[in-house]
Amino acid sequence: MALFSLTRGHRPARVLPGFGITLGFTLTYLSLIVLIPLSALVFKTFTLTWDQFWAAVTGPRVMASYRLTFGASLIAALINVVFGLLVAWVLVRYNFFSKKVVDALVDLPFALPTAVAGISLTALLAGNGWVGQYLEPLGIQLAFNPNGVVIALIFIGLPFVVRTVQPVLEDTEKELEEAATCLGATRWQTFSRVIFPSIAPALLTGFAMAFARAIGEYGSVIFIAGNMPMVSEITPLIIIGKLEQYDYAGATAVAVVMLIISFALLLVINALQAWQRRRTGAPA
Amino acid sequence: MSTTLNPTSRRTQAGTTEPAWVRYSLIGVALTFMFLFLVLPLAAVFTEALRKGVDVYWQALQEPDAWSAIRLTLLTALVAVPLNLVFGVAAAWAIAKYEFTGKAFLTTLVDLPFSVSPVVAGLIYVLMFGAQGWFGPWLQAHDIQIIFAVPGIVLATVFVTFPFIARELIPLMQAQGSDEEQAAIVLGATGWQTFWYVTLPNIKWGLIYGVILCNARAMGEFGAVSVVSGHIRGQTNTMPLHVEILYNEYQSVAAFAVASLLALLALVTLGIKSVVEWQHARDLKARTD
Repeated sequence: MALFSLTRGHRPARVLPGFGITLGFTLTYLSLIVLIPLSALVFKTFTLTWDQFWAAVTGPRVMASYRLTFGASLIAALINVVFGLLVAWVLVRYNFFSKKVVDALVDLPFALPTAVAGISLTALLAGNGWVGQYLEPLGIQLAFNPNGVVIALIFIGLPFVVRTVQPVLEDTEKELEEAATCLGATRWQTFSRVIFPSIAPALLTGFAMAFARAIGEYGSVIFIAGNMPMVSEITPLIIIGKLEQYDYAGATAVAVVMLIISFALLLVINALQAWQRRRTGAPA
Repeated sequence: MSTTLNPTSRRTQAGTTEPAWVRYSLIGVALTFMFLFLVLPLAAVFTEALRKGVDVYWQALQEPDAWSAIRLTLLTALVAVPLNLVFGVAAAWAIAKYEFTGKAFLTTLVDLPFSVSPVVAGLIYVLMFGAQGWFGPWLQAHDIQIIFAVPGIVLATVFVTFPFIARELIPLMQAQGSDEEQAAIVLGATGWQTFWYVTLPNIKWGLIYGVILCNARAMGEFGAVSVVSGHIRGQTNTMPLHVEILYNEYQSVAAFAVASLLALLALVTLGIKSVVEWQHARDLKARTD
């Protein structure tokens, strides 16, 4: 680069061809597929008055769906943080039989269509299912109520935590742990004071990603949720319900609320990743 | 792994690993969790599909509606994946090889469809092309149907799989820099030759990786497609939508039979993914040795 920039002033010359055409195509395609359709959502919302909008997004059924969607997503993401860290830890630090298969299997929720996951989890947890038949006599019901929503969201979110923590855990320096041990730290102190702080940003990123995915999730949840109004109806289902009643404006209003929350989470995730990069000095 | 070659490994490991009982309990808990949440659901798909025997299973797959769902799913992936492949390569080239203002913002925008709920992704196309939408009256006047028809399904699928390939390629090409390409250009290669002979071999594993993930999602998408499809049997049902219809009609075996094909697709995807990761690691090692 330096050689060419000498001849053309301060800006480094673009030696490689294709900048105009690739950027032009990228922007055109991005606008056509993503930006213009998303703007349709915003413009549709403007056809509502503020009172209509407010009534559409704060109806009792809608409010109940927010509570379920956010509550279940939060619980599922927290469970995923615990078990995702455990799975990542075991995969990075220990050797055991079938480790490669287990490692590959972590990505199953990315690859398995959500509808398949939904009917399969329902078949397992319903009263006559493999797992459900043992739980029902104990009075535990995991399908067709909010418990089912949490379980589906745990399934969906697991790879996010494992796959963000795993590479960071692989890069942690053993020397630091050795130093901690030499200085008299117990293994637990080494973990909580040395290892954990270095993986905390990745863990938080994984949590935010699992949470963001869970909020928008539809396919796996609707089969297992039971979809009772006020009890086990998630927000994306509210949008579908309004659409089926040709209430386009109402559906759009709720969708805008979800979109704003998604944007906010996207910004949080970006900030977390930037923080992680600064901490580790490597691209995350 | 490498520490085991070290004669002092036993002593150094003592400070950096846990007692055996802790190790085995952690492995046990992790594997139990994985078994309950990943292996059991996967096994349930195939057991439920074969509950009434292999004959019933084959019959369920030979239903004309099942076949039309399979065809539509293949068609959708066949359009959506190449479109996003061309976009992914173009976007990665522009973002990774050049400096320009707004680059970070553009990268964020490319990721945007990942954070939009699939249901919202379907809804935006209804607002654009539906009967009540922006282009609705014009499309009706010209007798073109997009929503509740195949084009809408393809569009919604393109949206949800939009970032997959770009996302794999951008960090990969950024890490590789553009020194090799610049050398090729200086030595007289055309832009196309440079891409074909220099860039493509360098990014091929990332490219394949992105394509198979994009394909898995394209074939498996449910929420977005469900909003725009209209659920017309034999016409606008993809495989996941067909699974839903059969399941809601209490045709459990038939639903799980179609679902088992999608589960097989997921397993093949994971298999290819593992091979690609292994090959990529081998290439990297060969280069550094």
